[in-house]
Amino acid sequence: MIDEWVVGTLSRTLAYGTPLLLATLGEIYSERSGVLNLGVEGMMILGAVSAFATAFITGNPWLGMLFAGLAGAVASLVHGFVSITLRANQVVSGLALTMAGLGLSGLFGKGFEGEPLDATISNISVPVLKEIPYLGDILFVDQNPIVYIALAITPVLSFVLFHTSIGITIRSVGENPSAADSSGINVWLVRYLCVAFGGVLAGFAGGYLSIAYRPAWTQGMTNGMGWLVIALTIFASWNPSRGLFGAFLFGALMHLSYRLQPWVAPELLKMMPYGAAILALVVLSFGTLKKNMGAPNALQQPYRRGEK
Amino acid sequence: MLDNLPFEIEKRQNPTGLAVITVSFLALLGAFLVASIIFWAYGANPIKAYQVLFSGAFGGVYEISETVRRATPLLLAGIGLVIAFRAKFWNIGAEGQLLLGAIAATWVALFSPIPDPFVIPAMFFFGFLAGAAWGLIPAFLKSKLGINDVITTLMLNYVAINLVLFLVQGPWKGDEQWGFPYTNEFSPAAKLPTIGTTNVHWITLVIGVLAAVVIYYLINRTTPGFEIKVLGSSPAAGRFAGMSYVKTTLFVMFVSGGMAGMAGVGEVAGIHHMLRNPNELSLGYGYTAIIVAWLARKNPLAVIVTSLFFGAIFAGGDAIKVSLGLPFQITDVFNGLILFFLIGSELLMSYKINWSGSK
Repeated sequence: MIDEWVVGTLSRTLAYGTPLLLATLGEIYSERSGVLNLGVEGMMILGAVSAFATAFITGNPWLGMLFAGLAGAVASLVHGFVSITLRANQVVSGLALTMAGLGLSGLFGKGFEGEPLDATISNISVPVLKEIPYLGDILFVDQNPIVYIALAITPVLSFVLFHTSIGITIRSVGENPSAADSSGINVWLVRYLCVAFGGVLAGFAGGYLSIAYRPAWTQGMTNGMGWLVIALTIFASWNPSRGLFGAFLFGALMHLSYRLQPWVAPELLKMMPYGAAILALVVLSFGTLKKNMGAPNALQQPYRRGEK
Repeated sequence: MLDNLPFEIEKRQNPTGLAVITVSFLALLGAFLVASIIFWAYGANPIKAYQVLFSGAFGGVYEISETVRRATPLLLAGIGLVIAFRAKFWNIGAEGQLLLGAIAATWVALFSPIPDPFVIPAMFFFGFLAGAAWGLIPAFLKSKLGINDVITTLMLNYVAINLVLFLVQGPWKGDEQWGFPYTNEFSPAAKLPTIGTTNVHWITLVIGVLAAVVIYYLINRTTPGFEIKVLGSSPAAGRFAGMSYVKTTLFVMFVSGGMAGMAGVGEVAGIHHMLRNPNELSLGYGYTAIIVAWLARKNPLAVIVTSLFFGAIFAGGDAIKVSLGLPFQITDVFNGLILFFLIGSELLMSYKINWSGSK
C-alpha cells in the first residue's frame, strides 16, 4: 500500500518535473551567456497555445511541439532584441514578455478553450524494462516520451556547457564579455543564440503541458511554473545536472500538492512549491560562500564595445 | 563612411524633460501600432477598436469615472513601486501586497471588535501594515541574506493568491453567500463612500494623491530620500558614507508594500465589499503598477498621470471586450507591448541627433 503510494508519487514526479526541467535547462543557457530572461512564463504559455493549436488543426502533435519551440524562440528573440541590441533593462523586458505572452495566448487561444484534443503525445511503457521491480514502475510504466527526451538532453547540455569549446565560449561571454570580444568571439551572436535556445526549450515545456501532460488548453495554464523556473535556475547554481535535481524536487512538491489534498486544504498545498522556492534560496544563501550564489558575472549587463 | 551621414549622434549626460516626454509618447504610439496589427489579426477593425477604447475610457461621466476607479489602485501601488525602484529594489510583489491589504481590511470589517466610526481608518491602517509586512519579507531576505528580490516578491504573490483562496473557501467563507467562495458582505460602516452613483471611492483616491506629494517631498527633500537615491545608484558609495543598506531597504519596502496594501483596502472596501477570488479583486493591478511606475520615470507626481493612462486602458479594454467581443486579455497585450516599447526606447533618450552633420 505504502509502496504503491511512493512508487506512484515518484512516477508522477517525473511527469510534473519535466516541463520545469526543460525550461530550466533553457534558462541556464540564456543566463550563462549573460542574459536574464524573466519571460519564461510568457514563453511557456505561448508554446502551450501554439502546440495545442497546431496539433488541433493539423492532427500532428509532434508538429505541435515544433511550433511550440518556434513560438518560444520568436518570443525570446523579442526579449533578445530589447535587452541585447537596445541594451534595455533585462528585468523589465522579461516582465513585459510575460505580460504580452499571457495576453496574446489568452487572445488567440480563446477559440480552443475547452476543445478536446485527439492528437496528443500519449504515454508509453517500455517493454522489458518495465518489469524491473519498483524502478520499472517508476521510470518505465506509463511515462511520456518527452520525459525521456528531457532526461536524455540534460547530461548532453551539461557536457556541452562544461567540457566543449561551445560551452567555454558561452560561459566566457557571460563572465567577461569584453575579454571574449577581444579574443574574437561575437558576443551579440552568442547571446542571441543562447536566448533563442532558452526560448525553444521554454516553448517545448509549454507544448508538453498542453498536448502531452494533460492535453487541453486553458488560459494561464502555466500557473506560475515559469517563475519557479527562474528560482530553479538560481537553485541549480546555473548547472544543468543540479537543475535536474531541482526540477524533480519541485515536480514532487507540485504533485504532492494534489496528492495530499484528502488531508490538507488544496489552497494551502498550492502555496507549497512557491514557499519552498523561497526556503530553498534561504538555505542556499547560508551554504554558498559567494554572495551572488555563483551567478555569471555579466548577468543582466548589456554589452557595449568600448565600455568595460 | 560614417562621416558622410547628414547627422551625428551624440550621447547626452542627462536626457531633457522634453526628450523624455517625446520618446515616451513615440513609444506609446509604437505600442498602439503593433497592437493594431494584433487587432487586425484577430479579425477586429483596429480603428474601430481604438474608437471603442477611447470612448470607453473618456466618452462620458460614467466612462471617466470608470477610468478613475481603475486608476486608483494603480496610483497607490505605483507610488509604492516608484520608491522601491528608486532604491533598485525589484518589487514585483505589489499584487501580493495588495491582496494582503485586502485580507487585513476584511478582517477589520468582519471579525474585529473595532467600533463603527473607526472601522474605515482601521482598515487603511491594518491594510497598510499587512502589505508592509508582506513587503518586509523580501526586503529582509535581500538585504540580510542576498536573496534575489525578483524571485521572492513573485513567489509571495502566489502564496498570497492561495491565502485569499483558502480564506474565502475555508474559514472566512460567508454563510450568507449561497455557497459562493465569498466572505459575507461588509456592514455599511465598512463601505467606503463613492462619488454619486459612480464606483469612485474618493477616500482612497485622496490618499493616493496625498501620498504622491508626500513621497515626492520625501525623495527630493529629506535625508532618507537622499539615502535611497545614493544607495540605489551606488550601494558601495552609500555604505562608505555610513548609510545603512539594510535599514534603507527595509524602510523602502515597508512603504512600498504598505501603499500596495492600501490599494487592496480600497478595492475591498470601495468596490467589492467582501473578500473574494483574487482574480476578481485585482485585475493584475500589482503588475500593471510596475508599468505605471516605469512610465512615470520613477517620479511620484508623474504617477498621478500615468495611473490615469492605464486606468483608461483598463476601462477602454472593458469596452472593447463588451462591444467587440474580444477577450479581456487584450489589456495584458497592451500592457506588455507598452512596457516593451518604453524600455526599448530608453536608449533613444540618452542620445541626441544633430542634423547639421558638421564635424
